[in-house]
Amino acid sequence: MKPQPQKLPSIASPKASDPASINDLRVRHLRWMILARALDDRMCKLKAQNLVPGSVFTGRGQEAFSAAGGMLLRPGDVFAPLIRDQAGRLAFGETIIDVVRTCMGKRTSSMRGRDGNIHRGNIDLGLLPMISHLGAMVSVVVGMLMARRFQGKLVGNDLCVGMASIGDGGMNAGALHEAVNAAAVEKLPMVLLVANNQVAYSTFNDRTYACKDLVDRAAGYGFNGQSCDGTDAAACLAAIGDAVARARRGEGPQMVVATLLRLAGHGLHDPADYITPELKSRFGDCIQLDSNTLKIQGVLSEQDIERLWEDARTLISAAVEQAQTEPDPDPGQETWNAYAEPDLKKVRT
Amino acid sequence: MTIAYLEAIRLALGESLDEDPRVFLYGQDIAGAFGGAFKVTKGIAERHQDRVLNSPISEDAMAGIAIGAALEGMRPVIEFQFADFATIAFNQFVNHAATIHWRTGRSCPFVARLPVGGTPGGGPFHSQMPESWLSHHPGLVVVAPATVADAYFMLKDAIACLDPVMFCEHKYLYYHLKADFDKTRAEHLPLGAAAIRRGGGDCTIISYSGMVHEALRAAEILSRDHDLDCEVIDLRCLRPLDTETILNSVARTGRVVVATESWPFGGVAAEVLALVSSEGFSHLDAPPRRLCALDTPIPFHPDLFAAHHPDAERIADVVLETMAF
Ligand SMILES: Cc1ncc(C[n+]2csc(CCOP(=O)(O)OP(=O)(O)O)c2C)c(N)n1
Repeated sequence: MKPQPQKLPSIASPKASDPASINDLRVRHLRWMILARALDDRMCKLKAQNLVPGSVFTGRGQEAFSAAGGMLLRPGDVFAPLIRDQAGRLAFGETIIDVVRTCMGKRTSSMRGRDGNIHRGNIDLGLLPMISHLGAMVSVVVGMLMARRFQGKLVGNDLCVGMASIGDGGMNAGALHEAVNAAAVEKLPMVLLVANNQVAYSTFNDRTYACKDLVDRAAGYGFNGQSCDGTDAAACLAAIGDAVARARRGEGPQMVVATLLRLAGHGLHDPADYITPELKSRFGDCIQLDSNTLKIQGVLSEQDIERLWEDARTLISAAVEQAQTEPDPDPGQETWNAYAEPDLKKVRT
Repeated sequence: MTIAYLEAIRLALGESLDEDPRVFLYGQDIAGAFGGAFKVTKGIAERHQDRVLNSPISEDAMAGIAIGAALEGMRPVIEFQFADFATIAFNQFVNHAATIHWRTGRSCPFVARLPVGGTPGGGPFHSQMPESWLSHHPGLVVVAPATVADAYFMLKDAIACLDPVMFCEHKYLYYHLKADFDKTRAEHLPLGAAAIRRGGGDCTIISYSGMVHEALRAAEILSRDHDLDCEVIDLRCLRPLDTETILNSVARTGRVVVATESWPFGGVAAEVLALVSSEGFSHLDAPPRRLCALDTPIPFHPDLFAAHHPDAERIADVVLETMAF
């Protein structure tokens, strides 16, 4: 079954002078963050209920950065998310039902049970289904943008953007280096979101890189680089907003490095006892922090925020209920064919 | 008109660029007047400057870029300077390109041009044959043209193919193989069909790429000196494999020798022998045999190199052993 096209939420860009518009953006941002957190939580529960084959990875603590990336894109852009990007995926247009279906391995999911969990995507929407190999998606985004340039679609000062995610660990993959360099050589409107969550699985930054700050690499690649506090929702919106705007204007590739902490194990299976209380005490939870800020600023009340959570849980429950009634893949009905053109002995006309 | 194998590749690339705006070439040193390490793109690069681009030395990114561009509707052709360097792109080929159709239902049409095979003095890192490890992965099409006409037609068909095609072009044949070529008259087989290069009833010699010419020479020797009539099959496409042509031939001859320039362990030759043994067992009058390169890295010195891979005389010897069984 071909993935069904789905409607992307339309995201108007905020006018800096218009506080109502900025508040609207901030609220929608928090909404995606909450939806992602609630969905991640529910996936963990479904795993415990044995309804999810395979692993569950969450973006706990990284929602502000990820959601900002996804919501600052628009239809026609390309997004290559990774395992911590539930928030960004949703904000870019992934449907809740497809998340649930794919995690359950349902026949109705975009991956038809042939692939699962975070490897889902919808190429028609520009949402790339990641392969596990860290760094591998970035050159694919480069290729997509090059294709658009060949096709005459990369002209003007409001370009489409290709966004890719990477972590502090993945930043050291050879593939990442090759891809980022190629994006710079081609001067493409690419935005690389680097979520520095201090740890790659269990390995801390001091064993994964030796430069002072990952953003220092931006200049080395010929990227414009900027940093933000990944636990500060407004800072994430501002930094990524600026990077995306620069890319759209044709200023070439952009790197945004967020400092934050993974507030969960690597996957659900990982108790992450290597993360010390001292380290934990240095980082807040972006959702709590943003909720407090918006309350203090009088943008949202306690009840408003409670409603965001309730709405999220209601939407998710409906999707889970629906997915549970849907069929699993049937080995007997599989084509078991890996080729788009299985018969190469027929004469090409 | 007589042209070399390499010129046939250049012709196919030039025509593809002329005819199809979706086609672009990307690889190291291929652009401009330079025209590539082997000069395959010389002339056409200058004609299509906007669609013949030099890449950094980034084989993983080259393959990833081909995947991305293919998903956006282009028909990328990426050139590796030597097939040996395709190991760097292994991940993008086998984990990414090969899995996209299965995982998503989308096709991922691009061609990776891989200059394969040994030449005297090439040594361990400029001589290898990657077809066995590429063929192992479902989702990749792996082809290895042995003739001038195939170099042309198979490349055009590879560019038209909806799947990622690993196009193994033999470096020794680039300039050493020349043939009269008229594309309106030359034989144009489908991409996935094996070719019977010489008919015969006594023994089937199966080969592909540069080794086809040694197999043909072996058949000549056996005919001249031993009055044996060997059938020579050029597999052309290694994945998917034309099992029908192989099994039909073995049914006629009852004897089979597979000759390749690759290593024996887990290779295409082993696959063909497994096929013949399991599905053609009742036709066999003698154990099926293979003759591959020696099981070491590829040597540098021309004398060592000559001893390392099969030649016509050694193929003929194995056929005689098979006949004597
Ligand atoms: C090339 C590659 N090597 C190893 C892995 C296994 N692996 C998956 S996630 C991960 C840690 C990644 O750390 P980081 O990039 O910092 O991202 P994070 O998980 O912290 O979000 C590892 C080692 C992989 N997916 N890809």
